[in-house]
Amino acid sequence: MSTVPPPFSGPPGGVPRLELTGITKRYPSVVANDGVNLRVRPGEIHAVLGENGAGKSTLMKIIYGAVQADAGQIQWNGREVVIANPSEARRLGIGMVFQHFSLFETLTVVENIALALDEPFDLKALAARVKEVSTRYGLPLDPGRLVYSLSVGERQRVEIVRCLLQEPRLLILDEPTSVLTPQAVQKLFETLRRLASEGVSILYISHKLHEIQSLCHGATVMRGGKVTGTATPARETPASLARMMIGRELPVCEIPAYTGEAVPVLTVKGLSHTPDDPFGTSLKDISLEVHRGEIVGIAGISGNGQAELLATLSGESTGPAGTVSLAGQPIGHLDAGKRRKCGLTFVPEERLGRGAVPPMSLADNATLTAHAQGLVKKGFLRPKAAWAFAKTCIERFDVRCGGPGAAARSLSGGNLQKFIVGREIMQNPIAMVVAQPTWGVDVGAAAFLRQTLIDLSRTGVAILVVSEELEELFEICDRIAVLAEGRLSEAVPKADTNAEKIGMQMSGLFRNTDATEAAHAAA
Amino acid sequence: MPLLEPRPAPSAPMRLLSPLIAIGLTLLVGSLLFMSLGKDPLEAFRVFFIQPLSSGNGWSELMVKAGPLILIAQGLAIGFRARIYNIGAEGQLIMGALAGGGVAVALDGVDAWWVLPLMVVAGAIGGALWGAVPALLKTRFNAEETLTTLMLAYVATFTLSYMVNGPWRDPEGMNFPQSIMFGDPALFAPWFEGMRVNASILIAAAASAAFWVFTSRSFLAYQLTVGGLAPAAARYAGFSAKGTVWVSLILSGLTAGIAGVGEVAGPVGQLNLNISPGYGFAAIIVAYLGRLNAIGIVLAGLLMALLYLGGEAAQVALQLPAAITGLFQGMLLFFLLGSDVFVDYRLRPRPKPVFA
Repeated sequence: MSTVPPPFSGPPGGVPRLELTGITKRYPSVVANDGVNLRVRPGEIHAVLGENGAGKSTLMKIIYGAVQADAGQIQWNGREVVIANPSEARRLGIGMVFQHFSLFETLTVVENIALALDEPFDLKALAARVKEVSTRYGLPLDPGRLVYSLSVGERQRVEIVRCLLQEPRLLILDEPTSVLTPQAVQKLFETLRRLASEGVSILYISHKLHEIQSLCHGATVMRGGKVTGTATPARETPASLARMMIGRELPVCEIPAYTGEAVPVLTVKGLSHTPDDPFGTSLKDISLEVHRGEIVGIAGISGNGQAELLATLSGESTGPAGTVSLAGQPIGHLDAGKRRKCGLTFVPEERLGRGAVPPMSLADNATLTAHAQGLVKKGFLRPKAAWAFAKTCIERFDVRCGGPGAAARSLSGGNLQKFIVGREIMQNPIAMVVAQPTWGVDVGAAAFLRQTLIDLSRTGVAILVVSEELEELFEICDRIAVLAEGRLSEAVPKADTNAEKIGMQMSGLFRNTDATEAAHAAA
Repeated sequence: MPLLEPRPAPSAPMRLLSPLIAIGLTLLVGSLLFMSLGKDPLEAFRVFFIQPLSSGNGWSELMVKAGPLILIAQGLAIGFRARIYNIGAEGQLIMGALAGGGVAVALDGVDAWWVLPLMVVAGAIGGALWGAVPALLKTRFNAEETLTTLMLAYVATFTLSYMVNGPWRDPEGMNFPQSIMFGDPALFAPWFEGMRVNASILIAAAASAAFWVFTSRSFLAYQLTVGGLAPAAARYAGFSAKGTVWVSLILSGLTAGIAGVGEVAGPVGQLNLNISPGYGFAAIIVAYLGRLNAIGIVLAGLLMALLYLGGEAAQVALQLPAAITGLFQGMLLFFLLGSDVFVDYRLRPRPKPVFA
């Protein structure tokens, strides 16, 4: 992780590959880009750094032709261009790998790639090219494999190879490492460095400071739609980059020790479960104990049984009574409402549509799960009580919104998450399960949420956190387990493990498939 | 082709105005229709909308028709809020009428105050049971309720036909497919001499008040609404999805069943093949026209009743075909759905590809 990129050796005075001047994009309620300047030289890996909502995605969409700027100029290799749509961007030599993949699971790798091509193709010749390109850049892929059988990292390779086939001169990657193990991240970085050495410019969007420091030659930092600075990441510190990104110091969590007795509260024993979804992941013999006063983290990449495990814990899917118990009482057969009555609350990954009803007010959304807190009496709603509950929640958990009457969908991701977490905490649980607590949340709100969870656990609540962000787990958890291919490793104290070991466990179970696939690709 | 894209924030006032826009467009197209038929539109509208209300009897008839429409629509709206689409209220109405009518046939000659209440209860149970069948099919076999409720409506029609052609046929009815005329104890007594309006509209009024309280205040209705707006949130909260199906279909069956009794124990006075002029289907339009809101449904029910009356008047006064009522109902629903689309979506011209 600590390898520092070699200083950029491109011609300093040369014509930039891409130069944006005064790019402005207004939406009805927000100015997404406000006079943005950006310059990328040939062969440069350039980071675009910023929090959620800083305007990075809009800017990339403008470069890729998916969105038109209201004002400003785009110069490509020194010539002014208008990029009307993505196919024109591809024709210029701009490729983009999106954060969320758009692959058809029931088609093969080469069929998926063929679908995205603008020109006519011959599947056989294309398969050969796919194999050639993927080997050249160290991205082993079997063109004949069906996509549903690929791991998330392999799917990302399909997307990258798809771009590389068009021989781009500028490659845009949007948060590419959020789905990768630490080892896979290193492999991806090697590929990107290799591309850069061949003269391909790379725009790398991320909010992970250490990645940018180890990979990128230059960086443009955005905040609130504006450029707040440019930097050479290798010469900065994470703290100085964070200051540019969020405008103040990076908040740090305080972690007091738990002094009470460590009694098991949430217990999972021999849980196996086959989901209804044919592309879901079966859970295999999962056992886990979360004690009073501790936070246990489950690391792993989504799609390895996370959704299935969370649903069986929350009660959204039920099973044999004894597989899940709460304070010694079997609850595996109970639905989510009954488990909540026993003292188990849950914060789901999807906030809108699952954790909250989008068009309903916060007061009405309080009633969704907190109805037992006096918000319903004899079968009738008590709107005043719900309003008061939502108001308390808003004040106590610093939810920035238009008040209890604001519709859930009008809140930003971070504020809605604070409301949902607050609502679940205000039900005085003895155990709480939280999925992706800070996913898509800005740095300030994320720090608040983490501290809130730590403080809650120290009052004697057992907390289980499922997250893809390894750093987050290391920051707030007492013990960490890994979920891979539906199997859960033993939870070990975080002092006894590290990112390297966790990464091995995340990918360890994939190793066999990777080996056979490499053999395929070499054949 | 322009693109239809979702509006970032659909306007709440427009959602309420949308039924009025639909009514306006219906009237506009209606006048074009009258003109093309060679009728003076103004005269036609006078016949359609003013004339029926120019007499006491007209108001009485308005109530007679609005009663069942409102009653059924109140029940349907509960399910529609939960996205449970019962479109077979007509069948539940018929089964309610059969159950209530069966009581009247069996107790013919019994002169007691409880005959009529017993019929109402029997009708409610009959309609509710007929609604429970698709609920069972949905919860047990995941059978789509839009199909099963509609198919069961046909089954109900044929059951009615069998009963009035067979076991319950009036022995002195000249072989017409109809039951005996019910006795006074089995009928809602008309309030005024020569008019048909009777106490059954009080049931619709009471039901409207009850549904207003139910939808705006009860936790059960809240759960149904959540189930309709965000099924994943309902599951997350632990609200029973199956419970939603049962409550929705049984409640709407129940109100349709009572409406069926109101017909056979009111204007019709017996069981025959013409106990409903499609109230069960028209009530679907009423529910949506009233924005699934208890008060809105009362207003929409009155309007729909007026369309029935106006259609009859137009047949008599303007020699227009009977299909005119259905045509107006259809236009109203069409324009309402169309207006609703533009509340939630807007047209955006497709961007032209520009080559550098």
